[in-house]
Amino acid sequence: MTDAADWSADRDVEQMPVVPLRHHGRWLAAVVLLVVLAGLIVSMITNPRFKWDIVLQYLFDDAIISGLLMTIWLTVAAMAIGIVLGTAIALMRISANPVLASVASGYLWIFRGTPLLVQLIFWFNLSALYPQITVGLPFGPSLGTFDANYFITVYVAALLGLGLNEGAYMSEIVRSGLNSVPVGQREAAEALGMSSFRVMWRIILPQAMRVIIPPTGNQLIGMLKTTSLVSVIALQELLYSAQLIYTANFQTMPLLIVASIWYLVLTTVLSIGQYFLERHFGRSDRRTAAVRADDADDNPAEAAREG
Amino acid sequence: MPASGSKSAQDFAVMARGVEKSFGTVKVLKGVDLAVEYGKVACILGPSGSGKSTFLRCMNHLERIDKGLLQVGGQLVGYRQHAGRLYEMKQGEVARQRADIGMVFQSFNLFPHMTVLQNIIEAPVGVKKVDRKQAIDEAMQLLAKVGLTAKAASYPRTLSGGQQQRVAIARALAMKPKLMLFDEPTSALDPELVGEVLNVMRGLAQDGMTMIVVTHEIGFAREVGDMVVFMDEGVVVEQGSPDDLFTNTKSSRARAFLSKVL
Ligand SMILES: Nc1ncnc2c1ncn2[C@@H]1O[C@H](COP(=O)(O)OP(=O)(O)O)[C@@H](O)[C@H]1O
Ligand SMILES: [Mg+2]
Repeated sequence: MTDAADWSADRDVEQMPVVPLRHHGRWLAAVVLLVVLAGLIVSMITNPRFKWDIVLQYLFDDAIISGLLMTIWLTVAAMAIGIVLGTAIALMRISANPVLASVASGYLWIFRGTPLLVQLIFWFNLSALYPQITVGLPFGPSLGTFDANYFITVYVAALLGLGLNEGAYMSEIVRSGLNSVPVGQREAAEALGMSSFRVMWRIILPQAMRVIIPPTGNQLIGMLKTTSLVSVIALQELLYSAQLIYTANFQTMPLLIVASIWYLVLTTVLSIGQYFLERHFGRSDRRTAAVRADDADDNPAEAAREG
Repeated sequence: MPASGSKSAQDFAVMARGVEKSFGTVKVLKGVDLAVEYGKVACILGPSGSGKSTFLRCMNHLERIDKGLLQVGGQLVGYRQHAGRLYEMKQGEVARQRADIGMVFQSFNLFPHMTVLQNIIEAPVGVKKVDRKQAIDEAMQLLAKVGLTAKAASYPRTLSGGQQQRVAIARALAMKPKLMLFDEPTSALDPELVGEVLNVMRGLAQDGMTMIVVTHEIGFAREVGDMVVFMDEGVVVEQGSPDDLFTNTKSSRARAFLSKVL
C-alpha cells in the first residue's frame, strides 16, 4: 500500500456529492399535525358557538380592562413581596444562627406544603376576623368605588396569600443563586478585609443574579396566571371580571376566551422580556479560565448540587 | 542574624506556638510552631494534605484555631486579650486584622463581574475608604509593577491564568499589607505561565515584603526563600535556611518528600 493510493482515494471521496439523510418520519408527523391543527382552526372559526362577535365586543370592555389592570398590579405587588421575602428567607436559611435557619425552614415547610388556594381562603377568613390588620399596608390609588373595608380585606388576603407563598419559592431560587457562587469568592473578599454585608452586597449577590434572574422570570409568568386563583375570594381581577359578566349574560365561553386572550398577551410580552434578560445574564462568561475541575470549591455546579 | 533570644514579639510578622486545628474529629494541625521575622520570605513545603493551606488560612482567621498561640504582627489572630482572658473578636475587628494581610489563592479568585481595575480598587475604596481617584492611581502603579497596565479595563475571564494571578497579587497589594500569604500560587497554571508569577513574587521579596509561600517550586524556595519549612501530617518536621534544608536534610520524611519533587 502506498501513500499515493490513499491520497487519490480520499480525493474521490472529497468530490462526491452529499445526500442528506431523509427524515420521512418527521415529515409524516408534521403533516398529520398540520392537518389536525387546520381542522381545529377551521372549526373554531366556523363553529358559531364560539361567538367571536361577543369576544370582540367584550375584549376592551371597561370591566375587563379594569380587571386586567388589577391582575397586572397584583402580579407586580405579589412578586415584589415574594422577592423581598424570598431573599430574607434565603439569607436566614444560610445564616449561622440556628433559630433564624429553623424559622426559615418552617416557613418553607408550611407555605410550600399547603395549597395556595387553601392559603388564600385562610387569609381571606382571617382578615374578616381582624379588619384592623390592614393598617399600614400600601394600596393602589383610585379604588375607592368599593366599600373600603370589604375591599381592603380581600385585597390584603390576596396579597398575603400570593406574596407569602411566592416568598417560599423565591427563597429557594435565591438560595441556589447564592450557592452557585464559588466559596473562593467569599474567601477572597473576606481576606481583603470586607465586612460580611459588603461581601454579600458587592461580591456574592451580583454574581448570584445570573442564576437568580432566569427562574425569577418564570415565576413572574407563573404569578400572572396564578393571580386568577384570587377570583375565589371575589377580588375583581381579570378572571373574576369575566366571571361576573358571564354569570349575568351566560356567554361563558366567549368571556373565557376574552380572559385567555389577555393572559396570552401578557405572558407573551413577559416571555419576550425574559428572553432578552436571559441573553443579558448569559452564564457562559462566568467561569474563570484555569479553574481546576477537581477543585470542588471552585465548581459552582457541584456546590449547587450539594447545597 | 542576631540570636533569637534578643527578639521581642514585635519583630515577628508571624509567631505560632503549638497551633492545633481539627475539622470535626480529624486533627489537621497537631501543634505547629513557626516564627517568621519581618522582611523575610518563608517557603512552606510538604505533601498534599499535610495542613499547609489550613495553617495559612488560620493566619488570617479564615479558619479558627482550636489551641495554641498564633500572632500576626504581634497581635493574637481573632482574639483580644483582656484581664487574663481571651475574647473572640467581633467581625469588624477580624476584618481590620485581615486588611493588613494579603492573601493569594491557588485559584486566583478574582471577582468575575468586575474589571481588573475594579477588582483592585474595590477593597481600598470600600474598606479603607481611600479616595477613589487616589485608589485608581495606586492601582495603575500596581498594574505597572505586575506588567498589566494594558489590562486595566479587561474582565478576568479574558486573561490567562498567569495574568489573573498577577492581578490577584496586585489586588492584595492594594491594601498595603504588612504580610503576604501565598497558597500554591502557581499550581493551577500551565507550566509556561509559572515564571511570570514567580518573577512578580521575586520582585516583591526584593522590595522587602514579608511573605509566607506554600509552594512546590523548589527552585523558587531555594533562590528567594530566607527560610524553608517542611510540614507533614500537621506539624513542622524541619525548618532552616534553604541551603541547610535542601543539602543537609535531617529528617527522613523531608528527604523522602524532596527526593520525589526534586
Ligand atoms: N474545610 C474543611 N473541612 C474538612 N476537612 C478539611 C477542610 N479543609 C481541609 N481539610 C482537611 O485537612 C487536611 C489538610 O488539608 P490542607 O490544609 O488543605 O492540606 P495541604 O494544603 O497541605 O494540602 C486534609 O486532609 C483536608 O482534607
Ligand atoms: Mg493546600
